[in-house]
Amino acid sequence: MLAALGQGSVAELFEVIPERLRARAWDLPPGMSEPEVGQYLAKLAGLNAQDLVCFLGGGFYDHHIPAAVDALISRGEFYTAYTPYQAEMSQGTLQSIFEYQSAICRLTGLDAANASMYDGGTAIYEAAMMAVRKTKRKKLIVCTSVSPIYRIMLKSYTVNLHLELVEADLSDPSALQGLLDQDTAGLILQNPDFFGVLHDYAPHFEAVHAVKGLGILGCNPIALAVAKTPVEMGADIAVGEGQPLGLPLSFGGPYLGFMAAAEGLLRTMPGRIVGRAHDKEGRTGYCLTLQTREQHIRREKATSNICSNEALCALAAVIFLGLMGKQGLVELAELNMTQAAYARERLGAIPGVEAVDQGPWFNEFRVRLPIDARVAVSRMIDKGIAAGFPLGRYYPDQANNLLVAVTEKRSKEEIGYLAEGLEAVL
Amino acid sequence: MKTIFEKSRPGRRAASLPCSRVDERFCQLSQLPPELRREKPAELPEVAEIDLVRHYTLLSRMNFGVDVGTYPLGSCTMKYNPKFTEWAARLPGFAGLHPLLPQLRRGGLLAQGALRVVYELEQLLKQITGMDAFTMQPLAGAHGELTGIMLMAAYHKDKGNQKSIVLVPDSAHGTNPASAAIAGYQVVTVPSKDGVMDPVAFKEKLNDEVAGVMMTNPNTLGLFNPHIAEITEAAHRADAIMYYDGANLNAIMGYAKPADLGFDIVHLNLHKTFGTPHGGGGPGAGPVGVVEKLMDYLPISRVEMRADGTLFLNYDHPNSIGYVAPFYGNFGVCLKAFAYILALGGEGLKEVSEDAVLAANYLRVKLGDKWEVAFNRPCMHEVVFSAEDKAADYGVSALDVAKALIDEGFHPPTVYFPLVVKESLMIEPTETEALENLDAFIAAMGRIADKAAGDPEALHAAPITTPVGRLDEVAAARHPVLKEPEDQGA
Repeated sequence: MLAALGQGSVAELFEVIPERLRARAWDLPPGMSEPEVGQYLAKLAGLNAQDLVCFLGGGFYDHHIPAAVDALISRGEFYTAYTPYQAEMSQGTLQSIFEYQSAICRLTGLDAANASMYDGGTAIYEAAMMAVRKTKRKKLIVCTSVSPIYRIMLKSYTVNLHLELVEADLSDPSALQGLLDQDTAGLILQNPDFFGVLHDYAPHFEAVHAVKGLGILGCNPIALAVAKTPVEMGADIAVGEGQPLGLPLSFGGPYLGFMAAAEGLLRTMPGRIVGRAHDKEGRTGYCLTLQTREQHIRREKATSNICSNEALCALAAVIFLGLMGKQGLVELAELNMTQAAYARERLGAIPGVEAVDQGPWFNEFRVRLPIDARVAVSRMIDKGIAAGFPLGRYYPDQANNLLVAVTEKRSKEEIGYLAEGLEAVL
Repeated sequence: MKTIFEKSRPGRRAASLPCSRVDERFCQLSQLPPELRREKPAELPEVAEIDLVRHYTLLSRMNFGVDVGTYPLGSCTMKYNPKFTEWAARLPGFAGLHPLLPQLRRGGLLAQGALRVVYELEQLLKQITGMDAFTMQPLAGAHGELTGIMLMAAYHKDKGNQKSIVLVPDSAHGTNPASAAIAGYQVVTVPSKDGVMDPVAFKEKLNDEVAGVMMTNPNTLGLFNPHIAEITEAAHRADAIMYYDGANLNAIMGYAKPADLGFDIVHLNLHKTFGTPHGGGGPGAGPVGVVEKLMDYLPISRVEMRADGTLFLNYDHPNSIGYVAPFYGNFGVCLKAFAYILALGGEGLKEVSEDAVLAANYLRVKLGDKWEVAFNRPCMHEVVFSAEDKAADYGVSALDVAKALIDEGFHPPTVYFPLVVKESLMIEPTETEALENLDAFIAAMGRIADKAAGDPEALHAAPITTPVGRLDEVAAARHPVLKEPEDQGA
């Protein structure tokens, strides 16, 4: 190859880099063989507490992932492809995204979904910015029962954008009075809320519509199988974390942000969108569409800077939803609720432990302990149980409150160990 | 092909759910009151597992990935993705790890292996780029750009600087101006001269209002900017931050480090340079590195080491910009990149850049007989050709060339980008394509050039070997159908 170039060495090809700017040090370890890397990484994996019985949630859940999900997303034709710019040879990716968009629309009841956002938090931020763009207003109202993690993200992203971010406890819609005004771009709520409680936010969204602001609802996609839908409540945009749909916890990612919106918001939506199309012979196919919203066409005027999103995670999600199916997803949601109801009763029977909320709940709930929840959880780790998330970390006035998540994977026996263990450590 | 919804048949199912085994009354207890329940179930597909598995297997066969063939998509670095990295990401000790675990009291000790991955990857990326610290939080390249601009803004705010402009060369990826704009900056474009950002034009645009400069070097034409030191020095005199878009780092590993070139912030696309698969449009990962003056602003948490050698999450950085992701980034992707770097080692990574640059130059010379090179001088990891002459002489556009390549069994190059070259064909062969694959690509391009002269109509008709021909994208955008209608498969 060098001969074809008329070059004596590969190094000559790098002569364009000025000598004084060349790398002086390159102190990286020598390479390793596959078995050596494998042994090292297996050792590191073993340093993580992988056998804990998991009652941690907070928006990220230990659900069962059917084997078919990984088998299908592991096909090299899917996972070693790039963004489907060349539609004719990317029909697999494109059609699966179209099916994913369809499934998200059917879950949320809304008109149009995009191909995915990075995660639930960035999806909320993008939804908030849609509201700001659409209304040309500056004020965002966020309920304190929206995930505190996402609220920190929203603050981080908007700090330089001259927006007004108002946080308030809005469980009672009358709390909105005095907050809603002619500068309100959007109202952001979450269902089930961070404490696992399900709501009907119809009055909230009616109120925000009265001042011509937009309603944004963060959702748990499995709860959507049974809960009142965003569209039934009057939300304009639904977003959420898609991790429960067949994605491993994987220490925080890769996850999947989903987003759906009412038709009128389509052209302000961020991200990739796949549409149905036809060729000259009338054959049906799929392509990226409405691209004039996007950064590669519109550059600094784009609706978002997002390029790579979470396509393979969206594929996993639509496969998961297909495997669960119309009836299975409802059963899965109900099973989660049943196991959680049992756990609530068992924990509530422990002297000194009481439920904080009235419910109804999805698969997560908070209990008030007689001691600091951090201490209780720490003691429970020694019993092999991750008992839940101590809320004091994000809500300083809730130091004794513990957030407990119960999925379909938690058996009656495991819930029993949780209750017995907790009683013993208090 | 029919959608999964069209294949739905009432009553079919694949779901296999555990039996609750708790008392029946808990089912009753957990029932929702009607006002909180959805009216009717979501019309998800009703299919058996075999229906679903065949459906997505057939769809996969209508897709083209690096595992299928040569994928010289410029600026996307579609190199081979080693299989052992997939294995690593699926180790139960990593895949099953809840991200809130280390946020429990003494919880860091429960996740030392995962924290070790993040920490060691940070050390390796620091060595590769010369930067002083990294955050793994950004979830993709463009997300890294946004994070970088937020860091830039935090720096200027802290110093009391009033700056509102970000300079971007005309050859930049679209994400650069988009990232700067959504972070609240005004974007000013700097023209190129002879394929690279012109230092004279740059200095004309540079003033006290400029907060930062976003550059890709080598740029999207595959050209290394020899004036880079002059540019970064001038920017620093104006207290502007130099941002390095790491999309093209694949070209210079072991030869140059962004920090030595004068850059202050860098994002890396782990799904490009470091061998993690692109997934058909993600997930990627876009870690961001900074020099010391910007370290205080990095997102929290940061993984740090205690005196006893254990690792912990440090949230105590009061000047931090906050959270850009819920946890520690796309950990699974970072883990694959970590495995890739460990396997290749320092010499291997240097060889990656050498082979990538060699392959691109081989194509530049060998394709030069029949195709017009935009800038005919040694390139780095990619080379841009122009089909402008074919368009003028035979009416054959870059798009026609791309579609003809599909029929030849190749993924086409990036077309119509960078914007500074008309009818551009941006080719990045990567280091993992063997010589015979490069020669086969050259031969295919030769046949297409001959066909352009002899039978241009045939090229307009391409592709003919795919499940669908060219789609009417204009009609699709004018009357968008973005989901299966509800009455389908209901």
